[in-house]
Amino acid sequence: MELLNAFIVLANFVLVPAIAYGSQLALGALGVTLVYGVLRFSNFAHGDTMAFGTMVVILLTWWMQSIGISIAPLPTALLALPLGIAVTAALLIATDRTVYKFYRTQKSPPVIFLIVSLGVMFVMNGLVRFIIGVDDQRFSDGERFIISAREFKKMTGLSEGLAIKTTQGITVITAIVVVAVLFWFLNKTRTGKSMRAFSDNEDLALLSGINPERVVFYTWLIVAALATIAGTLYGLDKSFKPFVYFQLLLPIFAAAIVGGLGSPLGAIAGGFIIAFSEVMITYAWKKVFGYILPEALAPDGLVQLLATEYKFAVSFVILVIVLLFKPTGLFKGKAL
Amino acid sequence: MKRLLIGTALATSFGAAAFAGSHSNEVKIGVFLGFTGPIESTVAQMGPAAEFAVNEVNESGLLLGGASVSSVRADTTCIDAGAATAAMERLVTSDNVDGVVGGDCSGVTGAALMNVALPNGMVMISPSATSPGLSHMNNEDNGLFFRTAPSDARQGVVMTEILMDRGINSVAVSYTNNDYGKGLADAFQSAYEAAGGTVTLNAPHEDGKADYSAEVAALAAAGGDRLVVAGYVDQGGKGITQAALDTGAFDTFHFPDGMLSAKLLEDFGADLNGSTGQHPSPSVELAANFKSVVGDAFDSTSAFAPESYDAAALIMLAMQAAGSKDPNVYKEHVMNVANAPGEKINAGELAKGLEILANGGEIDYVGATGVELVGPGEAAGTYREVEYVNGEETTAGFR
Repeated sequence: MELLNAFIVLANFVLVPAIAYGSQLALGALGVTLVYGVLRFSNFAHGDTMAFGTMVVILLTWWMQSIGISIAPLPTALLALPLGIAVTAALLIATDRTVYKFYRTQKSPPVIFLIVSLGVMFVMNGLVRFIIGVDDQRFSDGERFIISAREFKKMTGLSEGLAIKTTQGITVITAIVVVAVLFWFLNKTRTGKSMRAFSDNEDLALLSGINPERVVFYTWLIVAALATIAGTLYGLDKSFKPFVYFQLLLPIFAAAIVGGLGSPLGAIAGGFIIAFSEVMITYAWKKVFGYILPEALAPDGLVQLLATEYKFAVSFVILVIVLLFKPTGLFKGKAL
Repeated sequence: MKRLLIGTALATSFGAAAFAGSHSNEVKIGVFLGFTGPIESTVAQMGPAAEFAVNEVNESGLLLGGASVSSVRADTTCIDAGAATAAMERLVTSDNVDGVVGGDCSGVTGAALMNVALPNGMVMISPSATSPGLSHMNNEDNGLFFRTAPSDARQGVVMTEILMDRGINSVAVSYTNNDYGKGLADAFQSAYEAAGGTVTLNAPHEDGKADYSAEVAALAAAGGDRLVVAGYVDQGGKGITQAALDTGAFDTFHFPDGMLSAKLLEDFGADLNGSTGQHPSPSVELAANFKSVVGDAFDSTSAFAPESYDAAALIMLAMQAAGSKDPNVYKEHVMNVANAPGEKINAGELAKGLEILANGGEIDYVGATGVELVGPGEAAGTYREVEYVNGEETTAGFR
């Protein structure tokens, strides 16, 4: 019983939140890593692409709610996702045609692309704020909890509760589905294979007759889907605020780099490593030890390795260590 | 070209001198608030409130024997101490103001006070800086700094009383990592522990971050009967409250002034039942009077708008009492006009106050918030105690 209580405390405050947060980061990092792998630059505009996609989904959700469409108990936003992805894809492809294509034909070095993406980031940043404003927006509806802490306690008779939000469940399931589809697409379809070939060696791919514009087009399409899904899931789970999405860029890049930029598998691993390190290293183990250890040994203090204000330092220390000892990241991405 | 430039420069300086000469009987009040930045929506009501008082005095034509009063705006940005210092420098040296209403946020107010107001001998009356760090007990401010908002040291005591009266003697505290949050959290902790309560954990959170599960996990492990969230409702404070509710870490909360707004109820609704809070607020009668005075000029119930009106009014009344617009002279009179003895002066009666002072009488300025300056020149403050019942925000009383 005591062991079970200890596990529930750990699950409620560490495992469940970290898995949900990790899935959101992994989806974001996948988008960054794809752009890096295929188009060969670090896309700083990714955080704001997520914000733009989410904004479109929010506007559609509000419209659907106003005319009474719902798929309760699931949030309406899921229904608005496909259209949101389409609009975001249109924006990304238009950006590519007007901005990135110019530098691609010039064969500009990656660092120019990076700065260009910074410019695109500010434009999208402004666009989102202009349309929906800077404030916090809520758009989640439907059932809030799969199981709430109070119900769990009543059901099991344990003294500790476990809460799983609907959005956390949806996040994890969607992430698994998206990743599975993405890997199937990259490994089994003709377009996916040509993307991988293009990523491996651009000149060889061109020689074997792969149309580069087609590869670029599909890459932006997938990036739009990943960004919109990641942004919407994050917004459902927490809330939508453009500034926070801009700040999300940091942990997303940390995740992509730890895993190895350009490696899809690495992006997923990186997402979870960053999420778990943020939550676990700063976790106060007092309650868990209180259950596991005999009463005499139960700790008085918080048994906290590091105070929570250092949680960002933790993920960046991991980033530095990985870059020092394995500059290509854990999963052999491209060296920076 | 060079000659033309010199000529222009000379002409401008002569012009400026002539300008200054012809307006010797003019009083300028700086309105030094965060017109851009995190509290710009609040300042949108505070600025007009200060200017409303300036207009009222100007129309009466009674200040210093008929001096005309005008106001000049400057932006504190609320967060950028460098920009705030530069803006204050401009007010004092180039706009030549005779007194300043502001600043608004505690950090920038301290910077402007130490870097500009102190060396230049300028009076600042802040309507909204509440950090206990700004209470200059040893006259570090040369008596130049006052505030019409109470210090958070006082709020810490009020919070302690509210919690203790409800029999809650163990809480966890999460505060936003800035001058306001840390000042309030520390003031509360010392007051609460002195009253016999236990603070299980007093930890900061950063605003605008992606995820707060780590912070809530630590707070939950520390435990406590209630979680005190000393943050901002549209920032990390909301994230902390949300995560604490979702994981079932805490069922009830206590919210200081930064968290209390209509938005809080909109976001959490009935989940707040049983939670409490407090914020500085004038009594019902004073609020009603202030509303009837200002009409539709601005939202008279907006946070710190009444305090802004009072700050501007105090500067001008002190000038009248001193018979001078020199900050180093009239600073001695601010406490006198704000406190008893004397005729009580409500909001909208500034002309009456000016007249009494001109005739050598004494006044006790009540204004929009019931101003009563204590200690080193800060408002004693009335707090409204808030309780959430059935998804509604109710007033449990005033302290």
